[in-house]
Amino acid sequence: MIRLPSGTYAQDYGQDAALVRTKANWAFLAIVIVFVFTIPQWASNSFLALSTVIGITIISAHGLNILTGNCGLVSLGHSGFMMVGGYALAILCAKGGLPFWLALPISGLMAGVVGIIFGLPSLRIKGFYLIMATVAAYFIIHWLVLQFRSLTGGTEGLRVPSPDLFGLSLKDRAHYFYFVMVLVVIATIVAKNILRTRAGRAFVAIRDNDLAAEVMGVNLFSYKLQAFFIGNVFAGIAGGLSVQYYLYANVEQFPFFDSVWLLGMLIVGGMGSVSGAIYGAIAIKLLQQLATKIGPPLADLVNPQAAVGLGLILPSLAIILFLIFAPRGISHIWERLRNYYQAWPF
Amino acid sequence: MNDVADKETVLRIENVSLSFGGVNALSGVSLDVNNNEILAIIGPNGAGKTALLNCISGFYKPQRGQIYFHETKIARQRPDRLARMGIARTFQNIELYTGLSTQDNIMAARHVFMKQNFVDGALYYGRSRREEIKHRQTVEEIIDFLEIQSIRKQVVEALPYGLRKRVELGRALALEPKVLLLDEPMAGMNLEEKEDIARFILDVYEGQGDTYPDNPVLRDGIRSIILVEHDMGVVMDIAERIAVLNFGRKIAEGTPDQIKSDPEVIEAYLGQEA
Repeated sequence: MIRLPSGTYAQDYGQDAALVRTKANWAFLAIVIVFVFTIPQWASNSFLALSTVIGITIISAHGLNILTGNCGLVSLGHSGFMMVGGYALAILCAKGGLPFWLALPISGLMAGVVGIIFGLPSLRIKGFYLIMATVAAYFIIHWLVLQFRSLTGGTEGLRVPSPDLFGLSLKDRAHYFYFVMVLVVIATIVAKNILRTRAGRAFVAIRDNDLAAEVMGVNLFSYKLQAFFIGNVFAGIAGGLSVQYYLYANVEQFPFFDSVWLLGMLIVGGMGSVSGAIYGAIAIKLLQQLATKIGPPLADLVNPQAAVGLGLILPSLAIILFLIFAPRGISHIWERLRNYYQAWPF
Repeated sequence: MNDVADKETVLRIENVSLSFGGVNALSGVSLDVNNNEILAIIGPNGAGKTALLNCISGFYKPQRGQIYFHETKIARQRPDRLARMGIARTFQNIELYTGLSTQDNIMAARHVFMKQNFVDGALYYGRSRREEIKHRQTVEEIIDFLEIQSIRKQVVEALPYGLRKRVELGRALALEPKVLLLDEPMAGMNLEEKEDIARFILDVYEGQGDTYPDNPVLRDGIRSIILVEHDMGVVMDIAERIAVLNFGRKIAEGTPDQIKSDPEVIEAYLGQEA
């Protein structure tokens, strides 16, 4: 619970439920948005590329946050569902000739539907066994993509034409960045809205106490599948954006390990919190980037293997440290800082 | 208030048997639950009281027998369907949604009255926003009734036991049930907390009339309450009828006075004088 500064009153329930309550909130939000949307003006190409990838990852993390962080259905197949979205977009654009703006939502829906299919066992199996089922889902998808060579190009992958939005070309990296960021904003609002209304409460009810949720009128089967659908729509759209960014669809682009990193992002950011998914995605991606920067000098200093290992060790270490010292993640630390500041000097 | 004439059977339990492997939790229990009464179910530990509640609320599927809610067969139905029909319960070991605030816990029980789906929710506009605000109003009335305003926004995980029990009662009330099942609402409480809860149960039963004109459940009360409780003092005071279970069988049923003097009950439960 974040305490509000004294003197902030809600006059009706609509106000009480509003996401942004104080002028300071608005100001902070404005600064963040201005900062993000001016990145192409001052940033280097590599930073712009990193920001775009972080944006795509945030969208994907929102999906996993709904499915795992809120509904409690731990999925290690998220990268696989990104692959479904990515390939759906590639096939629709490259082979079907569909425009990008139409192919992107369809690829999201495709991933959602595939998510429902792999979510079907979730009513019967829980916890560890469900995790194994989602791991299987990833490898089944991976295998299917490689098998249907005529459609997916197999191991060679599939080239995608450069995107345009109603005639406006997104070929320019800066334009594509703006497009991704607009989607990040929309995805964040959508995720927050879903989680604060009927469906979101049902998800948390299932996570915290599925038996009680059922006795209180939540249809478990329907809501678990809805969680799979929603979570994987986000994954599919992120996958589509990723393929469109590299102008190429390839299975290497969606490694199994990304599923694990996505879970790690939720842990570092704060399971179940929408802002946490953002913090976590930024933190882990920055650490991975840091590893590629300090890796080469370290390789000269220690041995060549160090550079490779660092990319795994650095984010993993962060995840372990968070699990031990701040299991509720960055969002909770931020919340405590704010409450401390709010109540200062008491 | 206790007009004998308008007592009709709301819930009819007929010959319900439930066994786990070789253990007979319930064997051939029949019981009528009427309108306008608080019915207490008592019995020693392991007598099958909670098992019976679990059968009514759809948790357990009895192997034999049937349960009728007004003329509808409800044994072996899915729990969420029963919740929609108007059967709500609380649990012996508080089963709240620990990660949600008090307000959201109660709000989550308004689920069955909402029409919005996740697409409406994603937009938070029109139907979704209207519903959220309307049901928030109802939730606030329940919060007001149970005097838990101060913990409205607190996550229930961190609340003390007595308050959590109260939140759980609030969550059951939010379902606007016709029948309310209370599984040991006073277990582990001190005298003062017990008095509070007893008061709340009676207030829920009687209804608050014009204090909450827009809230049907608080206004008219819940006219059938099944209470499983170990505290004999409370049971004898607030129940109008008592059913006694022992080893999965119903051994007696009647008014508190009848039960107090029933020889079989005394032997099974209240203990024999040395």
